[in-house]
Amino acid sequence: MSDSPILDVQGLRKSYGKLEVLKGVDLAVRERELVFIIGPSGSGKSTLLRCCNRLEESNGGAVIFDGTDITAKSTNINAVRQKIGMVFQSFNLYPHMSAEGNVALALRKVLKRPKAEALERARAALDRVGLSDKAENYPNQLSGGQQQRVAIARALALEPKMVLFDEPTSALDPELVGSVLEVMRDLRTAGMTMLVVSHEMRFAREAADRVVFMDEGHIVEEGPPEQVFGDPQMPRTRDFVSRIDH
Amino acid sequence: MNAEITQWDRFLASFFDLAVMQKYLPNIVDGFLLTCHLAILIVISGLALGLILAVIRAYEFWLTSWLIVVFADVMRALPPLVFILLLYFGLPGVGLNLSGYAATYVTLTLVLAAFSEEIFRAGILATPKGQWEAARSTGLGFGQSLAYVIMPQAIRMTVPPLTNRTIAIAKNTALGTVVGVGEILNQATTGQSFSGNASPLVLGALAYLILFIPVVIFGRWVETRFAWRRT
Repeated sequence: MSDSPILDVQGLRKSYGKLEVLKGVDLAVRERELVFIIGPSGSGKSTLLRCCNRLEESNGGAVIFDGTDITAKSTNINAVRQKIGMVFQSFNLYPHMSAEGNVALALRKVLKRPKAEALERARAALDRVGLSDKAENYPNQLSGGQQQRVAIARALALEPKMVLFDEPTSALDPELVGSVLEVMRDLRTAGMTMLVVSHEMRFAREAADRVVFMDEGHIVEEGPPEQVFGDPQMPRTRDFVSRIDH
Repeated sequence: MNAEITQWDRFLASFFDLAVMQKYLPNIVDGFLLTCHLAILIVISGLALGLILAVIRAYEFWLTSWLIVVFADVMRALPPLVFILLLYFGLPGVGLNLSGYAATYVTLTLVLAAFSEEIFRAGILATPKGQWEAARSTGLGFGQSLAYVIMPQAIRMTVPPLTNRTIAIAKNTALGTVVGVGEILNQATTGQSFSGNASPLVLGALAYLILFIPVVIFGRWVETRFAWRRT
């Protein structure tokens, strides 16, 4: 683990009209780290995640990724996004493309790889999430868990330096959650840097390097999972953890 | 008894006079061919222009969006016949002579473009926001996301309304008859007034059915073919 963070969020602010969702958030993620963001709904955790690849424009502060301030207007955001994968709660697979088509699209159109090479890399990425036999299936022929793994493969195929997960298992039936967490566990073993918004507390306890608790647009507390879950320092954290952890 | 036979004969004689039909059949065939290629030209250029306008509008520059909205609203509000007559009788006043064929072509192309722009736009807006986010998050630009991810889905969604609208506007080629375009209806009414008999009009109606019933059936097939299950 290198010391200088690959992602450095500094004093980030975001408002929707008069509603301030992020009230000056500081967060650093180091390479190969798995950081979990937890907190009640409306605490700003998804917004924070979406500001990290500028799907949401922030209103103040900075997001430094790999040395570049991605909130700067001059930044070529498309180039940055190749290096930051994102996985969504509702998968967002392209319904008119097969699994390998979904994964290959950005390889062909963003990285400009020839079709054969793009498909080969797409299949390798699908293999990595255990779906090499589903390469030609369309999203509506896949279960939710399989769709989410295709979405992870789509993010991985670009060989990102970091992957953002926005509640990756929240839309899944309980029996399908495990397969997605399994893939995330493998990624962690392989050293992928991950920032995860999720309610999978058991997984957080087991796999996270650090847990960040957010409430009302602030980071209230952060630390190793044993501390945040086992011995929270702040009353609000204690309150939240006591309610979710049963 | 005799009177009844006379009525029936009179009906046959005025709607299905085979001699008259035979005489005017070549004219109706000419009209049929003209209607065909006029309709095909209108459908191709109208849908293409509508698609282009919808894509331009997707970029949401205020000026182009405003112009397109004004264009679409005016062309959808105006009866196409009014616009045909304006072009045909009005433009010569400013030194521009448009044939009846050209006036009909331009009008119906613009009308189809206006309607199809609105339909394509509805398809673009109905495509889930998450599709944009997924595409953009992999580094695809706005135009690439639109071309490879959004439009293929938007067009699929819009096939049924688009087919209906296209058929409705292609049928309006009959309006060309008032500015002397020799299409089916024009040939049929000419034949009717020369012969004093409605049989050429019946032929004309048959010609429209022969032309558009396959199109209607094709439209239904396209509808089922493109109604694929969304996830």
